[in-house]
Amino acid sequence: MSGIFVGMPAFPKAAREAVQDGTLRANLRHATHTIRDKRARAVAELADWAELREAGKRIKDRTLRHLDTYLIQLEEAVTAAGGTVHWAADAAEANRIVTELVKATGESEVVKVKSMATQEIGLNEHLEAEGIRAYETDLAELIVQLGEDRPSHILVPAIHRNRGEIRDIFREEMGKWGRQAPDGLSDSPAELAEAARLHLREKFLRAKVGISGANFMVAETGTLVVVESEGNGRMCLTLPETLISVVGIEKVVPTWRDLEVFLQTLPRSSTAERMNPYTSTWTGTTDGDGPKTFHLVLLDNGRTDALADEVGRQALRCIRCSACLNVCPVYERAGGHAYGSVYPGPIGAILTPQLRGTTSEIDASLPYASSLCGACYEVCPVAIDIPEVLVHLREKVAGQGGKGHRLEKAAMKAAGWVLDRPDVLAAGERLASKTRTLHPRKLPGPGARQWTGSRDLPEMPAAPFRDWWKKNRTGDDA
Amino acid sequence: MSRDSRERILSRIRSAVGGAPEAPEVPRAYLSRHAPEDPDAVLDLLHENLADYRAHVHRTDGAGLPALIGRLLEERGARTVVVPDGLPARWPAAWAAEPVPDTGLTATALDAVDAVVTGCALAVAETGTIVLDGGPGQGRRALTLVPDLHVCVVREDQVVASVPEALPRLDPLRALTWISGPSATSDIELDRVEGVHGPRTLEVVLVRGPV
Repeated sequence: MSGIFVGMPAFPKAAREAVQDGTLRANLRHATHTIRDKRARAVAELADWAELREAGKRIKDRTLRHLDTYLIQLEEAVTAAGGTVHWAADAAEANRIVTELVKATGESEVVKVKSMATQEIGLNEHLEAEGIRAYETDLAELIVQLGEDRPSHILVPAIHRNRGEIRDIFREEMGKWGRQAPDGLSDSPAELAEAARLHLREKFLRAKVGISGANFMVAETGTLVVVESEGNGRMCLTLPETLISVVGIEKVVPTWRDLEVFLQTLPRSSTAERMNPYTSTWTGTTDGDGPKTFHLVLLDNGRTDALADEVGRQALRCIRCSACLNVCPVYERAGGHAYGSVYPGPIGAILTPQLRGTTSEIDASLPYASSLCGACYEVCPVAIDIPEVLVHLREKVAGQGGKGHRLEKAAMKAAGWVLDRPDVLAAGERLASKTRTLHPRKLPGPGARQWTGSRDLPEMPAAPFRDWWKKNRTGDDA
Repeated sequence: MSRDSRERILSRIRSAVGGAPEAPEVPRAYLSRHAPEDPDAVLDLLHENLADYRAHVHRTDGAGLPALIGRLLEERGARTVVVPDGLPARWPAAWAAEPVPDTGLTATALDAVDAVVTGCALAVAETGTIVLDGGPGQGRRALTLVPDLHVCVVREDQVVASVPEALPRLDPLRALTWISGPSATSDIELDRVEGVHGPRTLEVVLVRGPV
């Protein structure tokens, strides 16, 4: 996967550093609390949320069960509509395909829509090495790119930056990449957005090649869907002559109708909106409208490994909404960088080890970066049972090294990090009592299967002890 | 090489799920709409939701439409307006702004135009969304993207209640743009700010009766 994260320290070390960074903690706390309350309100507007969630889960499960059939159907439909489909088994192959396609256009720069898949494969770094400059156009990605930083959140990669830091980055760095920041730029979000608009517009207007991912691909029609807010996506999908989309194979859905579920659940789960400002859908190429050439690169890169794991494969349902990050007490304190992957938070803790394997210390420690409170499962719009997969992956990590093995040590350190944080556990326990029916019945951790194989975990009390103690000691009825 | 990878990926998928139990049919117990079956209430809901996401919403009838658009353009200081093919000719006749036909304008040329006026394919009340499909009076996608002001006309018979009602009426083979309010971002501290790359001002005109 991406070269950016090579050499990342294992979770507990990176997390400890993050916790010591007071600005980072304050930024994360502010942002995640803002969005989690808004999300709850947006979801509460729909009386049939549970049914939509169940349908989303089942559509994805059915797709994964017949993934070969749907990918072939998709390939036929995209080809019939004038597109070209490429298959990439791993990151290196995807990077090679994209580089060749860009070089064939004769261009040496591309504009990019925010895409997890291209981050995952380290496309920008690869293009740079090949003499092609990739401009990120999503505001948060721009902040990350200008700051020579790493993304820390799926939806808002610069969530760890506050407005003052962003202003400083814009003032210092924009001029090196193109149009410089306006004189006297303040830290008001509106002014910062305006600076980004001016900086990127010249790049959009001259761009000949656009690179995107996609939120969904519809097998029956060959349609790709990009959901966004700023309009940078529309710019990249519409103005260039050549469009290259790099998309994970699990992003396919069988039918056009299936979008009626996800276009309701994704915006509410991610940005807490009834609908995001812009959604673009396109099928191959359209005469006289948009790119004349369209390439779709279908990416495996570890996804078929995850698919082979009967417990772990549910992680492939993920629609990258990031609701699980925003409710996670561990993410809130550790920050996204601690996860050492483009996929941070609870979903990253189950997705990354499956895509990359658990042979490095960071990846082996990820399944332990959780208090198993279950809040992530509760908010997941496709009902991924993240605690269940975490427990399952812990067993796999424990099974591969044996006692005293370096991976087991890394894992125990991560578990220790969580257990040493009373505030993480307290937040976790409170959430757990609300989600107790969703809870795993098995004890997490290495060697736990032998113990819980013949025993049930004790019932979780309706109110956690901490809450009971607080209430009864202070007499506070609230 | 890509050909080999295709076979490799497909065969890896088959061996990964070959022994898995069959996935049953998808239950669709969710609602096909949340709004009441009352066209007036649905139109009001569209109005409310568009306004909630900072679109400016106006109402008129067919007779008052051209002048209303002209007034909106004037209030926003638009001197040039790109006019997509198929827009009724009597609309621009009522404006002070200079109509610019789309003769295959480059992106840079479009960037110098102040505004665009279009119709739409349909609108979704529950989400406050307008959908464009490049049909008559809408033009190619760049027209509603590069100019900073978009005036969009929605006829009441184009309004549906919900996303499940919208999809079957749309042709997936056409390039679609779903618009819910003006361009926005939440990338700075997850605070919503309107106005980034797309048109920063979205004026929506809801029209009763024929246009």
